[in-house]
Amino acid sequence: MGKKLFYVLAAPLVAVGVALFISSIVLLFAGANPLSAYQNMWEFGTRLETLIETLNRATPLYLSGIAVAIGFRMNLFNIGIEGQYVLAAIIAAKVGAEINLPPILHVTVIIVVAMIVGAFWSGLAGFLKVTRNVHEVISTIMLNAIAVSGIVSYLLSIWDVPDASLDTALKEIPESGWMPSLNGFVEIFTRDIKRVELWGFILVAAAVGVAYHVLINRTRVGYDLRASGENAPAAEASGTDPKKMIMAAMLLGGAVAGLVGLPELLGDAHEYNLRFTRGLGFAGIAVALLGRNHAVGIAIGAFVFGWLDRASGVLEVRGDAPREIVAIMQGVIILAAVIAYAVVERKRREDEAAAAAAATAQVLAERQAAKEQGGAS
Amino acid sequence: MASAVLLEGITKRFPGVIANDGVNLDVAEGEIHAICGENGAGKSTLMKILYGMQPADEGRMVVNGQEVKFSSPKEAIALGIGMVHQHFMLADNLSVLENVILGAEPAKNGIIDFPEARRHIIELGEDYGLKVGTRDLVESLEVGERQRIEIIKVLFRGAKILILDEPTAVLVPQEVEELFRNMRELKANGHTIIFIDHKLDEVLEIADTITVIRAGKTIDTVKPEDVTARDLAELMVGSELPVPETRESTVTDHVVIEAVDAAADDDAGSPKLRAVSMKVHKGEILGIAGVEGNGQAEFVEALMGMRPLTSGSISLEGVRMKGWGTRQRREAGIGYIPEDRTRRGLLAGFPLWENAMLGQQSMEPYVRNGFWIQREAARSHTGKIVEQFDVRTPSVDVAAHALSGGNQQKLIVGREMSAELVALIAAHPTRGIDVGAQAAVWEELRQARATGLAVILISADLEELIGLSDRLVVMLRGDIVAELDPTKVTPRDLGSYMTGASTQGGES
Repeated sequence: MGKKLFYVLAAPLVAVGVALFISSIVLLFAGANPLSAYQNMWEFGTRLETLIETLNRATPLYLSGIAVAIGFRMNLFNIGIEGQYVLAAIIAAKVGAEINLPPILHVTVIIVVAMIVGAFWSGLAGFLKVTRNVHEVISTIMLNAIAVSGIVSYLLSIWDVPDASLDTALKEIPESGWMPSLNGFVEIFTRDIKRVELWGFILVAAAVGVAYHVLINRTRVGYDLRASGENAPAAEASGTDPKKMIMAAMLLGGAVAGLVGLPELLGDAHEYNLRFTRGLGFAGIAVALLGRNHAVGIAIGAFVFGWLDRASGVLEVRGDAPREIVAIMQGVIILAAVIAYAVVERKRREDEAAAAAAATAQVLAERQAAKEQGGAS
Repeated sequence: MASAVLLEGITKRFPGVIANDGVNLDVAEGEIHAICGENGAGKSTLMKILYGMQPADEGRMVVNGQEVKFSSPKEAIALGIGMVHQHFMLADNLSVLENVILGAEPAKNGIIDFPEARRHIIELGEDYGLKVGTRDLVESLEVGERQRIEIIKVLFRGAKILILDEPTAVLVPQEVEELFRNMRELKANGHTIIFIDHKLDEVLEIADTITVIRAGKTIDTVKPEDVTARDLAELMVGSELPVPETRESTVTDHVVIEAVDAAADDDAGSPKLRAVSMKVHKGEILGIAGVEGNGQAEFVEALMGMRPLTSGSISLEGVRMKGWGTRQRREAGIGYIPEDRTRRGLLAGFPLWENAMLGQQSMEPYVRNGFWIQREAARSHTGKIVEQFDVRTPSVDVAAHALSGGNQQKLIVGREMSAELVALIAAHPTRGIDVGAQAAVWEELRQARATGLAVILISADLEELIGLSDRLVVMLRGDIVAELDPTKVTPRDLGSYMTGASTQGGES
């Protein structure tokens, strides 16, 4: 049991340690005192408001990480989350603004629209792979470009509402389509929260995480998906249709990707505008890698990344170093984690093989001993 | 003659067990020395120690009269030891030339000297009768050719002592003969060969000296002229041996599988199976003989719904299976032991219990309502398979790749047999496993037949085919060219039908 825990924890801990070490060197280079920088980040980062902001950042990162992980589990490298979520966000924002429904229903419709758009856009890549054998990395890169710099820019220009502000933005979603903040709930346990609101979408993200875990590990569909990813010919011989599995993984991943823009849309912005956060799709790849495609691991990865993003602001304020230093830290964590995982995995495989060889030899030896005893008597 | 390799008292312990327990091995210079033993007896560990992949805990190694201690294969290679692994280590998308020089590139002024490399490889090929096209892509080569490249690879690195790890396991009979010719040629040129094998007739044919290892200990070193295959097998297993023989017939006239003029294409779209018709009855083992590549694989894939028929039909219990997917066929009770267990039969990184449900992931007891995985039930069911089929493993939670080939195969056979079947397709069910495991698989096939299964057995082991089958058909170039009574046919006769030297038309 102790060994199992070691296999799980060794790699991430080593990764964070290495990242701290290398970041310290970079900070020294930048002329900053690493200890004071870390201390400032820690002090700022452990404040209630920063933690709330961290959770707000981690929520979309988590959804993005899950979307990537669904593909990873079946050996598909779906790097199209970026295009899928931005396209889903703008269309869901438009639909949400145009309709008027009772509160819960309104939010539900927006969520469903976003999931359908995400699934559709990702499904295109799946369709191309299944029918024309186009590699999903190529097709999703293309689809990202088409969605982000093509369709979304165009939609933004034609759906822009001319109003008093000079902002380029869509019409605002009526209040029935907003997701309430969870501040009231958090404040039961803490002091009053100032300035920031904890977005309610974190509950949806948690539900998605649970659903992902159960689907992948506890159902036949998840098993088929993992089996196809591990060994496609064997999965086929077991009765799993590889093409169906590719479509399923792309559609599911896309549906989750569609949710990535919603925490911000429903919790804060309430409209799609030029300031809408981009880049969460690519960050999701890093988060999924860090979390080893595991529902809890991805949550931890999303939190770490979100925290670094949010706590880093203080570096500039206090004059320690430019905040971009955090991007270096994030990159180093990923690199170190990938390497550490590979090393630990090899160790685990070796230990397992040795144990199996031992079991075999044990049986042979016992048989031998029994025989000798039988012969002697 | 001087010793090329002398191992004394080699001991290697793994946590809780001794893999090698004071093993002695004396290989004379210029001989072919076979090492025999069951899977798990410690042969591979010993070879890994000799090749520097693992350090020994105790013991002395002497190579060419010089005491050595290796800490990596590099040091072994430097002393002229080369190893050809059972699983080839070749890059499919590189040419033969590039594969051979990979990691040992001859360079001139920092640039790879391809002409020199090519000249050297061709020279090696001529010296040892190892014919290869240096420009061919490895992915286009047959198994036997790939093996030749592995041998050239170690010769290219200057090996004088070659270790071949179960070289015949992946070869068809003709390729084995070719390999043996190459081995004799190498010997004639003064090379020493250590080879691991458990096909005893082969060992007796090629080896000059045979060392038998059992349960990590050296049991005996013998000369082939002094022993029979039976003696050797008994040395290996340490007890009396079973033979592949079916007792009284259980064949009924109830047809379970019927193929009518079934035809199919290969992946490239050229016809590989032409109008094959056959019936398999309840309680019958139908053996399909044939040199590999004559349509057997395509027939099995068509049966399992992984390859469409271009014409004709296959029915199960009188129902045409047209349009049925693989899962529907499995749910209808067709079991499948694939010919290539690592490619088609296992999820290497998954625990044993998840491998046990492969192919039955829509069925009880692994899932409830065809959807929810029952982890505890699946584990305990796997535990039963492990116990009943003697799969040697520390637990059902270890990954499949940790098991030896024989134990993996026992798990596959066990999981298929523990499903509720009406028919079983067994493609090379004992390939690459030792005599002990082989006997267990034979026994299971016999039991399957006794309980009323219709079994299709495909095998390259002719004794196995003749011994187990109730009826034999021979496939050649996608057709069934002969139907034979196994009680009246010898392996020799069967071989000539397989190669087309005899035909049934000409005989009658």
